[in-house]
Amino acid sequence: MDDDRPIPLGLRVAVPLLLGAALLGLWELLVRWLEVPKFVLPPPSMIADSLLAERATLLVSLWITLRITLLAFLIALVTGVALAVLSAQSRLIEISLFPYAVILQVTPVVSIAPLILIWVGVDHLDRALLILATIVAFFPILSNTTLGLKSVDHNLRDLFQLYGASRRQRLLLLQMPSALPYLLAGMKISGGLALIGAVVAEFVAGSGTGAGLAWRIVESANRLNIPGMFAALLLLSALGILIFLLMAGLQTLLLRHWHESAVRRER
Amino acid sequence: MDGIDAAGRTRPLIRLGGVGKTYAGGTEALAGIDLDVRQGEFLSLLGPSGCGKSTLLRLIAGLGVPSQGRIDWPAAPLDAAGRPQRALGFVFQEPTLMPWASVFDNVYLPLRLAGQRRRAVAARVAAAIESVGLSSFARAYPRALSGGMRMRVSIARAMVMQPSVLLMDEPFAALDEITRMRLNDDLLRLWREGGWTVIFVTHSVYESVFLSSRIAVMGARPGRIVATIAVDAPYPRDESFRTSGEYNALCRRTSAALRTAMDSAAAAA
Repeated sequence: MDDDRPIPLGLRVAVPLLLGAALLGLWELLVRWLEVPKFVLPPPSMIADSLLAERATLLVSLWITLRITLLAFLIALVTGVALAVLSAQSRLIEISLFPYAVILQVTPVVSIAPLILIWVGVDHLDRALLILATIVAFFPILSNTTLGLKSVDHNLRDLFQLYGASRRQRLLLLQMPSALPYLLAGMKISGGLALIGAVVAEFVAGSGTGAGLAWRIVESANRLNIPGMFAALLLLSALGILIFLLMAGLQTLLLRHWHESAVRRER
Repeated sequence: MDGIDAAGRTRPLIRLGGVGKTYAGGTEALAGIDLDVRQGEFLSLLGPSGCGKSTLLRLIAGLGVPSQGRIDWPAAPLDAAGRPQRALGFVFQEPTLMPWASVFDNVYLPLRLAGQRRRAVAARVAAAIESVGLSSFARAYPRALSGGMRMRVSIARAMVMQPSVLLMDEPFAALDEITRMRLNDDLLRLWREGGWTVIFVTHSVYESVFLSSRIAVMGARPGRIVATIAVDAPYPRDESFRTSGEYNALCRRTSAALRTAMDSAAAAA
């Protein structure tokens, strides 16, 4: 089938870019031609202008959102892996912890935002945002790593037993590497969720000492500054894409020698 | 010699007395297995699938405890804790390699688990890889290797500890006929050089006759030993043995014993 043929990297970048440029051009033309008011849908050129004009405040907001996202992701990563390793040590720990992790996950983060706000105090809004984003990002890491630690080849497990591996050796040399593809898949989901968490939390909780991108969107909407809103949106999706690419790159880098998901097939 | 007791008789390396295995569900996998494994022999456990031969091998390896009877190592020296020192190598039906580790690291694994530093044993690992003819693939990852090559890595890993006993669970069953014959030849060469005892599980009459100095034929439900056949043909064995009348006669005899075992199992079921 044609679908199986590998597409050169240059083409894989160029084709979507070309499509994007064409759509932007069409957008610009239609908006001007139909005389759509700028507070309904501004043309791309106006969004670009407002991106340039407001770059100082937007970059500060970008940094604030980025910082919360990264911190939330790192905390989720460390605690998620730590709890997964802990529950891999004993079935008892696993069955006691897991229901609470699920509760934390299925409770919509929006609904606990006011509670978190009260707990950390309105003076520490940024902490509330961090906590909320962390909760959102935490679960995929935990559940994927837990699954990965359990997905060890039975024969390899026997082999380790046969050669008298200690619990530590088994964890480090067998379970951890087996779990790595699962963990990386979890990190990919979590990276995106941390950003969503940071944005949603800011929508709900309001902004802290500095205003993140979500706050810029709310503010622009209130002032009917729609081009400014689109500019903030643009930065948000750029951030999301960056996180996704970083995670995908990490996945390829770590798995390219051995895991089906990252190995390039030769034909 | 460890294998000779005070009276000058040859002591078995491993003695199985009335070994049985019943699983929690009530399935009787093995019953009343009496078997002496002699120092240095190449013993095949031959039987139809489901006769418990793999279970028996795993019990000998210590991966599981017999429900009845006992497994002793009368000739094995005792360690500090008074347990018999059993230097075992185990080869599974699948190559069972760590996909994230290179050939070198896979073969190094048993030494690593025993606390040996990589630098200190690099030569030993390299020698094991060399002995299975994979020196130029030491840095390759398992997925880049063919099925036969992966199995060679698995054998190198079992040999690197210089085991006194090599346990092999249908190691070549998934390989094509040509690869299988070559690995059979190689295995015999390594066995003769290494002086180990081999216990080899197979369901192939031809393979067991070609390789073994003795064959234990097993029947199913419950798994038990129905006959032992001595294969007296001298080593080294090669292509001329594979086509000899003696080989054919032994295959016929072994096949007949296997047939009897299967018929009696069918009658019992």
